[in-house]
Amino acid sequence: MIKNEALAPARKVRQGMGLARREAIMGHLLASPWTLGFLLFTLGPMVASLYFSFCDYKVVKPPVFTGLANYSRMISDELCFKSLSVTTIYTVVSVPLGIIAALAVAVLLNQKIAGARVIRTIFYLPSVVSGVAVSLVFAWIFNYKFGILNYIIGLTGISGPDWLGSPRWALWAFILMSLWGIGGNMIILLAGLQGVPVSLHEAGMIDGANSWVRFWNITIPMISPALLFITIMSIIGSFQVFTQAYIMTGGGPAYATLFYLLYLYKNAFSWFDMGYASAMAWVLFIIIMLCTLATLRGSESAVHYEGA
Amino acid sequence: MQTATIRHGRSTRRVVRETLGKVAIYVILLPLTAFVMLPFLWMLGSSFKPIGSGIRFPPQFIPNPWVFTNYPLVFQTIDFLGYTRNSLIVTLGAIIGELLSASLVGYAFARLRFPGRNVMFVILLATMMIPFPVTMVPTFIVFKIIHWIDTYLPLIVPAFFAPAFAVFLMRQFFMTINRELDDAAKVDGCNELRILFQILMPLSKPALTTIAIFSFTANWNDFLGPLIYLSSAKKYTLALGINYLRSFRGGGDLAPQMAAAMMFSLPCIIMFFLGQQYFVQGIVTTGIKG
Repeated sequence: MIKNEALAPARKVRQGMGLARREAIMGHLLASPWTLGFLLFTLGPMVASLYFSFCDYKVVKPPVFTGLANYSRMISDELCFKSLSVTTIYTVVSVPLGIIAALAVAVLLNQKIAGARVIRTIFYLPSVVSGVAVSLVFAWIFNYKFGILNYIIGLTGISGPDWLGSPRWALWAFILMSLWGIGGNMIILLAGLQGVPVSLHEAGMIDGANSWVRFWNITIPMISPALLFITIMSIIGSFQVFTQAYIMTGGGPAYATLFYLLYLYKNAFSWFDMGYASAMAWVLFIIIMLCTLATLRGSESAVHYEGA
Repeated sequence: MQTATIRHGRSTRRVVRETLGKVAIYVILLPLTAFVMLPFLWMLGSSFKPIGSGIRFPPQFIPNPWVFTNYPLVFQTIDFLGYTRNSLIVTLGAIIGELLSASLVGYAFARLRFPGRNVMFVILLATMMIPFPVTMVPTFIVFKIIHWIDTYLPLIVPAFFAPAFAVFLMRQFFMTINRELDDAAKVDGCNELRILFQILMPLSKPALTTIAIFSFTANWNDFLGPLIYLSSAKKYTLALGINYLRSFRGGGDLAPQMAAAMMFSLPCIIMFFLGQQYFVQGIVTTGIKG
């Protein structure tokens, strides 16, 4: 194999070099939409926002370099701190809850039960419906006096909280709403579960392992790459909550649902403080990178890759 | 032999245990399924309720009486048809751009050897993790400088620059197509573009459909993009439009809002039922191999 590859170019020197060069040029040419897009819409803007983050930039006037002013302002900005803590609490609660729920549903659907397909479809349906429509519907569902959720809670004799109206409960309403959308993760886990070879479970059974032991020692390791993937994607997603908060609460009451991205949006597009918003964007980027790296590091020993 | 032993061990006790197990599964799953269905049923039912039923206690599940005027009311209150047209322009434009560019780039990554290819592909995968908000501010400023604000261009043109997810999907799909096909075509003197468009693309309908469906729901539902880039109400997409409904007299009521939400969600729901296997395929490909 290695010998062949080493010999091939030497043999083709005359007639081959032209072809290889042609292929290289063609490759770059066909890949150029991505290359250009990466430079224009990802790398360029990221470099620009890094620069803006060190500037006082209010759009109407050209940016003025102010060093770390935006970053030091972030440290003393109570609302920025609030938005970070709101988003962090939301992430820390909704991501593990959502993954456990998705895994539980996936495991149950993986049993041979009638109607599994229909139930799977229903669980996935929320993922294709928009944030706007969903927000409008949930705003009514969470209504304190007339909402259907408090009506159902009321049937048990407990009076439900003022979900979106009280600073204590508003974030919990968003967490509850996030659980509604676990279908996407559930489908990924279900596909993972279906890929676990039956022979492994049979071998475990013969060794006398009960289903609980088999779940922890066979199923979980086998689907760990999928679990890792959805953990990372869920964390990234939860740092980008925007539409629901913008429509349902606007960040209120008393900033209880001032998600990070909502505050960033307000800085950039309500107050046109592009410098500050850029600093916030970079901090968001760094947080997401750190979370991703931490998840990858933390799972290094736990994630099992087939054939690795 | 092993299965024989297992089958032999099946006693009535075991059958009873299995049946109980299945009952338990339904006992857990059915309430959860109801929890997921409830908002949909609530949206559907409420869209047929009389005006004022949003502030009625106890809330009704089934409309009484059934009212069909909420749907026409939406058309009278906001320019629903205009917003639909705007949404279609943006969505279809983005789909075309995504399919075209992702095919070209996916082909390059799957089939052609060029220096830097592997590094570029790793970067491409990494960019899937970079959230839009990080690049949002400077991108907006650039579009403002070139006077693209309040046009559909910022919502369509970036799709022509090969979004990472679509490229990844196309590349993975092209890799599964037997290379001998394009080698044969090469011998016959076909160039890369002809191989791509005449041989590979017709075989790639599943991947193209998956991308088109995902692109449709993403662009149709996009809220933040249009919110930033479109300023005049006339140019709003439906996502902005149905939120705009709330600011009108009568639009603050439950029934017309749910009627608007229903009409807005329906294309995505229909698309989901028509292309369910593509959805599942798309998520699974990115989820398992990503």
